Amino acid sequence: MKKTPLNQLHRDSGARMVEFGGWDMPVQYSGVINEHLAVRNAAGLFDVSHMGEIEISGAQAFDFLQYATTNDVARLVDGQVQYTALCYETGGVVDDLTLYRFSAEHYLLCVNASNTDKDFAWLQKLHQESSFSELTLVNRSDEYAQLALQGPQAETILTKLTDIDLSTLKYYHFLNGSVADMKMIISRTGYTGEDGFELYCAAADGPALWQQLLKAGTAHGLIPIGLGARDTLRLEKGYALYGHEITAEIMPLEARLAWITKLKKGPFVGREAMLEAKEAGLSRQLIPVKLAGAGVPREGYPVFCAGDEVGYVTSGTMSPSLKQGIALALVDSAVAAGDKQLEIAIRKRHVPAERTSLPFV
Amino acid sequence: MDFPEELKYTEEHEWVLVEEDVVTIGITDFAQEQLGDVVFVELPDVGDHFDTGKSFGVVESVKAVSDVYAPVSGEIVEVNEDLPDEPEVLNNSPYEDGWMVKLKLTDTAELNELMDAAAYQEFVEKD
Repeated sequence: MKKTPLNQLHRDSGARMVEFGGWDMPVQYSGVINEHLAVRNAAGLFDVSHMGEIEISGAQAFDFLQYATTNDVARLVDGQVQYTALCYETGGVVDDLTLYRFSAEHYLLCVNASNTDKDFAWLQKLHQESSFSELTLVNRSDEYAQLALQGPQAETILTKLTDIDLSTLKYYHFLNGSVADMKMIISRTGYTGEDGFELYCAAADGPALWQQLLKAGTAHGLIPIGLGARDTLRLEKGYALYGHEITAEIMPLEARLAWITKLKKGPFVGREAMLEAKEAGLSRQLIPVKLAGAGVPREGYPVFCAGDEVGYVTSGTMSPSLKQGIALALVDSAVAAGDKQLEIAIRKRHVPAERTSLPFV
Repeated sequence: MDFPEELKYTEEHEWVLVEEDVVTIGITDFAQEQLGDVVFVELPDVGDHFDTGKSFGVVESVKAVSDVYAPVSGEIVEVNEDLPDEPEVLNNSPYEDGWMVKLKLTDTAELNELMDAAAYQEFVEKD
């Protein structure tokens, strides 16, 4: 199993470790609910060093990314971040990712840990098969540690340690700066729906950065957060997770990601299949639902409408903020639109579920 | 971790308190710690009958669903009605306020199959 540079720190602190996408990662420290609420109310620190980083540079880097990704790279300026996806010709998703623009000829892609090798191979294949020759692709995943500092107290905590005026750093923008005298990328992004930062530092600096942030943040309620709360936090905001809401078999258009699928920007991989599917009418759609009765909706549970099975839960949990079952479900478009009464099958019971809107919280 | 002396235990991490022919059943301190924050509890109805090893209830944490199995055969005579509304009690008080059901034994000889506190502690620490 792969380990992040912080693995020993997690073990020493008594975190419960699990295998996640080939990585030995902390799933919880003090408890999922406690950690979840700390991020909503104060601040939390995540080790996300398992995420992959792929660098793309060269005169044709822009043209290549415009062809390889679904969002419109032309909308990015230097120092800005964009949420986007890589798709297959079929329109299914290779991975979702954040794209960082340093300059018109220099970008960094932050990709899902378990997809890093697949993504890199896919980009190399596209590169070799396309006419975009003047660019270089480098998998820099092992060179970075990445920590996420998230929550309403994140700015106050980070301000104590950085030379950057964080009030000038807008959401989905980044800067090169120092934190605790270590050089890094400071990005105002995250996966929790709270204000916060993702910090990309040298792998060797990861443990020191973790300790310095915890030390500076303890007085502000900062605690370490595991993958368990990372999942409940993202789900309360309705953010997609690869392998659940989006897969090689699910198009972004079906998964509420039309906003990162710019069909009018010109040719890109997967566009033809998406246009065809849109023309024919999408057969299914991802919808957010809240359980009206007791229970916890979970991945794979079938969804019913008037006695017919109409889809399944892609992600579900007991929302720690609402103390209510919440889920994202992929269902037939015919029932997605209206306010039809839905039910989720939980073991032998069919529990009523209300169609709702995002975010849940 | 706590292993009260007066209780009997199963390999599925249930505890049993024996009072003549009625037993009180719950999940152990080890079980609640492994599960993490309990968010949902499903209990049987009074009058339901369960054979040894059959699932009589479900405990769900944020991340996992776990069946709870009948340590001995019998009929449910009482359930902890407060538990579905306050599932976190299973974490805070697994051996007292977190009891799940009371069951009238079919065959008291089945109690001999259960572990005592020392044997269960050894089982958990070896696991």
